[in-house]
Amino acid sequence: MRLLTAAALSMMAATYALGAGDSQCQSCHGAEKESAFHASVHASMGCTGCHTDIKGFPHPEKVAKVDCGSCHAAAKTALASSVHANASQQPCVSCHGDSHAIVPVKDPKSAVYPSNLPRTCGTCHGDKKFAQQHNLPDVYSQYMDSIHGFALTRDGLLVAATCSSCHGAHDILSPSNAKSRTNRANVPDTCGTCHQGIEKQYMAGIHGQLLQAGMPDAPVCTSCHTAHQIGDIRQASFQMKTNATCGNCHKERYGTYRDTFHAHVSALGYEETAHCWDCHKAHDILPASDAKSTVAPANLIQTCGKCHAGANAGFVKYSPHADAHNGKAYPMLHLTAIFMNLLLGSVLGFFALHTLLWFIRARFERPEPEGRKS
Amino acid sequence: MSSETTYYTRFTPAQRLMHAVMMITFLGLAATGLPLRFNAAGWSQALARAVGGFASILFIHKFCAVVMSLDFMAHVVDIGYRTLVKKQWWLLWGPNSMVPRLKDLKDFIGQLRWLVWMGPKPKFDRYTYWEKLDYWGVFWGMAIIGISGYAMWFAPFFSRLVPGSMLNIALLIHGEEALLACGWIFVIHFFNEHLRPHNFPMDVTVFTGTQTEAEFRERHPEEYARAAATGELAQMRTAAPAAWATPASRLVGSAAVIFGIVLIVLTAEAFLRY
Repeated sequence: MRLLTAAALSMMAATYALGAGDSQCQSCHGAEKESAFHASVHASMGCTGCHTDIKGFPHPEKVAKVDCGSCHAAAKTALASSVHANASQQPCVSCHGDSHAIVPVKDPKSAVYPSNLPRTCGTCHGDKKFAQQHNLPDVYSQYMDSIHGFALTRDGLLVAATCSSCHGAHDILSPSNAKSRTNRANVPDTCGTCHQGIEKQYMAGIHGQLLQAGMPDAPVCTSCHTAHQIGDIRQASFQMKTNATCGNCHKERYGTYRDTFHAHVSALGYEETAHCWDCHKAHDILPASDAKSTVAPANLIQTCGKCHAGANAGFVKYSPHADAHNGKAYPMLHLTAIFMNLLLGSVLGFFALHTLLWFIRARFERPEPEGRKS
Repeated sequence: MSSETTYYTRFTPAQRLMHAVMMITFLGLAATGLPLRFNAAGWSQALARAVGGFASILFIHKFCAVVMSLDFMAHVVDIGYRTLVKKQWWLLWGPNSMVPRLKDLKDFIGQLRWLVWMGPKPKFDRYTYWEKLDYWGVFWGMAIIGISGYAMWFAPFFSRLVPGSMLNIALLIHGEEALLACGWIFVIHFFNEHLRPHNFPMDVTVFTGTQTEAEFRERHPEEYARAAATGELAQMRTAAPAAWATPASRLVGSAAVIFGIVLIVLTAEAFLRY
């Protein structure tokens, strides 16, 4: 069928190219436009292939708007129900560029070729005023500074995710739409199109399990990685932020982590120290009650042993989340903390007063007899 | 400096060296330990960056800890040798010993009364009660902070002896006891020995090892009277410190005091804020 259409098109092309029609158009519309058009994907269509209402020469002053959908029916249908349905401008050319110079998507000159696409979408979505008007995040600059943006623009990786990889092209839906690729529940599958291995790990982990169980605010990829500002996980700058990221939800655990040594040295810029995911893993996180979990009691020696050579059964009794305020869970630690506070308060408090009184008293004392200072 | 000034030995060269090593390593430990304790403070992070990150901080901390431990052990060995071998039992008991006596309690109460104009100034002996507190505070502090510190340093080994939950307690004690030590040294000790009126701006006895006749009579009247009675005073007489020794001691001592006070001010600020 496709072959037949192609054959028919090329026959039409032969007719139009040689036909009197185009040269008649050229007599008014100039040769320059003609040459761009001849290099375009639609060259074979000739002028009247799209401007179907023009029947004669010269044509009436007013001509109908070209309906791309008469050929691109699937795109037209998809667009009609998408967020761009009510775009005030001609929606096709907003993205595909000059209507007379449209080249195939696979042509590096195409406005929707992967390496050009972010800039094309950025025409609107990189415009702060536009973003404000439509209550959208200003995503263009965020994307360009993300690992996906760098891969595309710096490394020229055509497989790197661009706008359409996650949002689709003609059928872009609002994230609030359950059918949207970027709807919370669909995010893992969308990212999983490329990151298949990670998606499998995620789905096996507690976060993925909760999502599949229908928990509405179960964390998905973007909850931790963000959607457009995705960092490079190998970079220290990314790793140093991860604890706070987990802490967005796990507030209590983050608080107790910060009371212990791992967090202390992390705050001073020591990257090698244990972050949440060093012990709990990043994607296939499992609760300690699960025997397969890295933090299940039976697996602790191995988990701690990744960094601490010589970790043993006694060693893993150390609590990386100890909370001195929690007397029920950590009675010894709690009592020690109270004792130390009392000791510090009383000793320093008493002797600070002693010192202060001494300072005052000494002012009224006769000066020390002439000594070394003479 | 008048030529008639008489000088007496108060500290031996070994004691002065021990104090100097203690002073330097204590400042090193405090400067690298406080940023860990108050890691959220901007100055902590700036200091960590300035010395080359946490790895450098930990190296300096451990280095100073080992040197201080050696200083501590040298002292313990010295005391052991002088008592057990040389039979200098007066080191362990009596007016010239660091071991507290009933007189220290009486002096302490007397001093409290004097502080509020309710009595005369007590007549102190060789070591005053606050000097003994300095000594035993540091002694106890080194034991507690040292043991908890080495426990964390050699955690896998330590946790073969006691459960790992003790490491949580070790971290807590290490930090709190160190905070107490910093508060004590940088506020109480500095004031008592160096900053209070009469000693201001710097008492250099511990650096030069000598005190003048007037200082001796004023500060340690009991010891002076006893030494005079037994004729020991003549043996304690010594030459005036070298011309450079006093200004140099003042410089070094003041630098240490200023360094400590800067640290304690930063600490107090961080303590109140975080």
